[in-house]
Amino acid sequence: MTTTTEARVPNGHYGLAQAARMEWIKLRSLRSTWWTLLVTVAGTVGIGVAVGLNTRSAAGDVTNNALAGVVPGLLLTGVLGVLTMTSEYTSGTIRATVAAVPRRPLLLAAKAAVFGAVTLIVGEVASFIAFFAVGATLRDGVAAPTLGQPGVLRAVAVTGAGFCLIGLLGLGLGAIIRHSAAAVGVLVAGVYVAAQFIGFIAHGVASYMPILIVENSLSTTKPVTCGTDGAACPDFLSAWAGLGVLSLYAVIALTVGGWLLAQRDA
Amino acid sequence: MIEARHLTRRYGSTVAVDALSFDVRPGSVTGFLGPNGSGKSTTMRLILGLDRCDAGQVRVGGRRYRDLRWPLREVGALLEARAFHPGRSARSHLAALAASNAIPRARVDEVLDLVGLTSAAGRRAGKFSLGMGQRLGVAAALLGDPAVLLLDEPVNGLDPEGVRWIRDLLKSLAAQGRTVFVSSHLISEMALTAERLVVIGRGRLLADTTVAELSAGSPSLEDAFFRLTSEAVEYQGNQAKETAS
Ligand SMILES: Nc1ncnc2c1ncn2[C@@H]1O[C@H](COP(=O)(O)OP(=O)(O)OP(=O)(O)O)[C@@H](O)[C@H]1O
Ligand SMILES: [Mg+2]
Repeated sequence: MTTTTEARVPNGHYGLAQAARMEWIKLRSLRSTWWTLLVTVAGTVGIGVAVGLNTRSAAGDVTNNALAGVVPGLLLTGVLGVLTMTSEYTSGTIRATVAAVPRRPLLLAAKAAVFGAVTLIVGEVASFIAFFAVGATLRDGVAAPTLGQPGVLRAVAVTGAGFCLIGLLGLGLGAIIRHSAAAVGVLVAGVYVAAQFIGFIAHGVASYMPILIVENSLSTTKPVTCGTDGAACPDFLSAWAGLGVLSLYAVIALTVGGWLLAQRDA
Repeated sequence: MIEARHLTRRYGSTVAVDALSFDVRPGSVTGFLGPNGSGKSTTMRLILGLDRCDAGQVRVGGRRYRDLRWPLREVGALLEARAFHPGRSARSHLAALAASNAIPRARVDEVLDLVGLTSAAGRRAGKFSLGMGQRLGVAAALLGDPAVLLLDEPVNGLDPEGVRWIRDLLKSLAAQGRTVFVSSHLISEMALTAERLVVIGRGRLLADTTVAELSAGSPSLEDAFFRLTSEAVEYQGNQAKETAS
């Protein structure tokens, strides 16, 4: 009789595609996902427009100002990344998930692929809308930047990707820490607070702080200098190096998270 | 078929499951009995590979759980604790699980209907009553039409109609040749549902037998159970002291 029931099981086996489909349904079926993403875009654009209106001369980096809302906006995708993982533990869903997809590193890879794709799209949308909205609302006399100017398209596009990378960093931290409040705390401390301290203490390391990478490497069209006080100014990474370093952080968090997920009880 | 061999799991100094070996065969309902804290839920989690074992191994249909090709189509499980997100609807929860194992979407509505949740399928599962949550768990277990079913206290929170429904459901699933392994505290319920019994105490096997065999020589299955587990009960209530004089 076992043979008849065994025969019902189709050939092949589950893989990344099936796991990703599950994660996509899980992500989109929570109302909180859509609210968070909506607020991310609205906040990024709103703050950008406000900063744009206070820009009095086109001599500065207007593109950088237009993308000023990205720094607080990133926090939301980071927190959403954390919660996407930790809410599985809080609710107990992790047991159903792991029973359905027992290869846990594959499971986290699927989660990262889906969450990364969604936050990449949302990040690019936020970044480009902010850029164009600011261009349309600048004061008279301040010329709006165009995507054709040197470094502008790069700055806008690469900044959009920052949402995805900070989101994935949050997802990895969620897998490592498992408790929502603790993981959000570590994310905020690591991304925002640490940057403030380290910026004061060790300039060499400061340029590797996630938030400073976003502010000074990704969202700029020209190399950032600190005015007259050149000696106290760290050498900020180039846009591509900054993107690489942020990716590295996300990959490290996800790798450690995937490894721990496989070691620990679900 | 479930084959557990010397299954052992410790949590700190507690030995939750202690060199436990037993087989659960297809074609009949096997009850899993034991006092509180005897290791039933832990054993279920070990079978599913949710918790790792410190020693020994367990195979389902000849394979370790993590080597199953389509886990939900081979093993269905209802665990002790809720395993769904309060903000997600029952339908979305099941649709996500179905997608993970390439189970046709139509099966979701089928199992919702089977457990009587169709009218509540679009509501947030966090608002479900205990019994409705339990029904959703049963729906998830049945989703992949699996040959092996594990249910940890399925009647917990169900109304009398639900209890009878589960009883008939489990019996009919076993009659179709499936392996059905179900834990419960309700001995009288097990006497009606199960044919075979695995009894444990403090993580160790006390009996691997049939209901008929165990109850022979005792006034009831309950008496036989108490006799068997009297040495292995850890958490015991005491008679209330009389205060009225
Ligand atoms: N995650 C855990 N961490 C620490 N101890 C645990 C954990 N899970 C179970 N235990 C311990 O293992 C033992 C067995 O627990 P388990 O839940 O398996 O018992 P049970 O037979 O299901 O009990 P009940 O009938 O009350 O449901 C208990 O002493 C329990 O405290
Ligand atoms: Mg239990």
